[in-house]
Amino acid sequence: MTEILVTTLEFGPATVLTNGTVLQDEWLERLREAADHSRYSLEFRVSIDGFTAEQNDPIRGPGTFDRAMRGVGKLVGYGFLPIITAVRTWEMADENRIIQSFVATLKHIGYTRPRLKILPTLHLGEEANRTTGYSATERVTTAMMEGYDPTRLVCHHSRIVTDRGVHVCPILVESPDSLLGDTLQSSLQPFRLAHGACTTCYRFGAICANAGGGTAGPAEKANGAES
Amino acid sequence: MSTRLQRIACLGGVYSNWLALESALADIATRSVDAIYCLGDLGGFGPHPDRVFPLIQDAGIHCLQGNYDDSIGHGLDDCQCGYTDPRDNRFAQISYQYTLARTSAHNRSFLRQLPKQHRLQLGRYRLLLCHGSPRRVNEFLWESASSTHFLDALCHEYHCDAIVATHTGIKWHRTLNPSRHFINVGALGRPENDGTPRVWYTLLEATADNLSVEFVPVEYDYQRLAAEMQAESLPPEFTETILTGWWTTCLEILPSRERQAGLW
Repeated sequence: MTEILVTTLEFGPATVLTNGTVLQDEWLERLREAADHSRYSLEFRVSIDGFTAEQNDPIRGPGTFDRAMRGVGKLVGYGFLPIITAVRTWEMADENRIIQSFVATLKHIGYTRPRLKILPTLHLGEEANRTTGYSATERVTTAMMEGYDPTRLVCHHSRIVTDRGVHVCPILVESPDSLLGDTLQSSLQPFRLAHGACTTCYRFGAICANAGGGTAGPAEKANGAES
Repeated sequence: MSTRLQRIACLGGVYSNWLALESALADIATRSVDAIYCLGDLGGFGPHPDRVFPLIQDAGIHCLQGNYDDSIGHGLDDCQCGYTDPRDNRFAQISYQYTLARTSAHNRSFLRQLPKQHRLQLGRYRLLLCHGSPRRVNEFLWESASSTHFLDALCHEYHCDAIVATHTGIKWHRTLNPSRHFINVGALGRPENDGTPRVWYTLLEATADNLSVEFVPVEYDYQRLAAEMQAESLPPEFTETILTGWWTTCLEILPSRERQAGLW
């Protein structure tokens, strides 16, 4: 994987999606060197399922929150600014408190200007079991697409290459109809927004993109989020 | 419409920074340019949005319509800046409400009629001027996130030799293959997150051999601008950026390389 990234950075930007628990020093040394020699950004996105061990570990496994935080600290140590992504599983009223508490945790491990991306809940897989799945009426309709900018959707301009073939997007990768072909060329067909999850992308835009978040800015950091 | 030119000045987002605009125009007056273009976003961020319009019009600047101009002109709900972070959007909305409330009906009418793109012939180069990208007015084309192949494909798709854009607020230029160019002219209204209060405009000249791109720093009375922003009760975060040159908002849209270059 390291060499794929090194080669990619000769041609364009790259983003690594990781749970942050298995990052090895020799990989990061090599990637630091490659990033320094590239004109493009190398991004790391560390995915967790909550901003505390109590929230994260029941879903990701015992000890995974602490291991992910150690991974974040390691990335920061190598000069990267990882984007930490988490699904919003709390009430909006609690958001500022939860984020500020997490920012304090990050500062404690040396991440002084954290980048956070809060994702909307996708009612798929375990989440569908935990709460509820999409109802049959939660679908993107033709009328909803009138006047809507389709470039907000990842599937409008991207494909996901896997060892099974080329999928329409990372969210639907387990759905049989998401497999569009064996080659990028054969996958360049429009995709019908027929899944319930498509309504989440419709509402929130390119939730798979790097930009976005919910982190505290300089003023908020100075006003109480310091560890 | 296509016009044949040799040397032009291009201004990025003015963001109501009428003092920087004045200084830039004084400098451009010494540069023997054939025309001046502004790639959109006249308002936002700074104070007294109506003050830039007479400067723009008296100098005969050809303006494009940026996302901000479209929103202000049509009285939309937000600036269509394209931010995705709640904090960035909160500050963008403060700026937008201020600018919308203080832009005259006459100037809003001016913004409504601006074109979104402009093609011109600069020497042998076919230039396409736009705000964000040829395909979307508020697309952020960052230097560290835009592959050369992608930019070259845009030039091919839109039948031009050079794309000239702004929107990100940070200048950059890349020579593509074969002999195509992408130029982000930077922004006149806000420092570019480099720790200095100066802002930038861009000179483009078609020479016998190539397309010359010169980024021109603009010094201006930024302390006066900051005082006016304070007097207008604009967020202190905005004033801090004007005074220090470091961005304090719009940070989450930055790719890591550009983010790393800043302070926050």
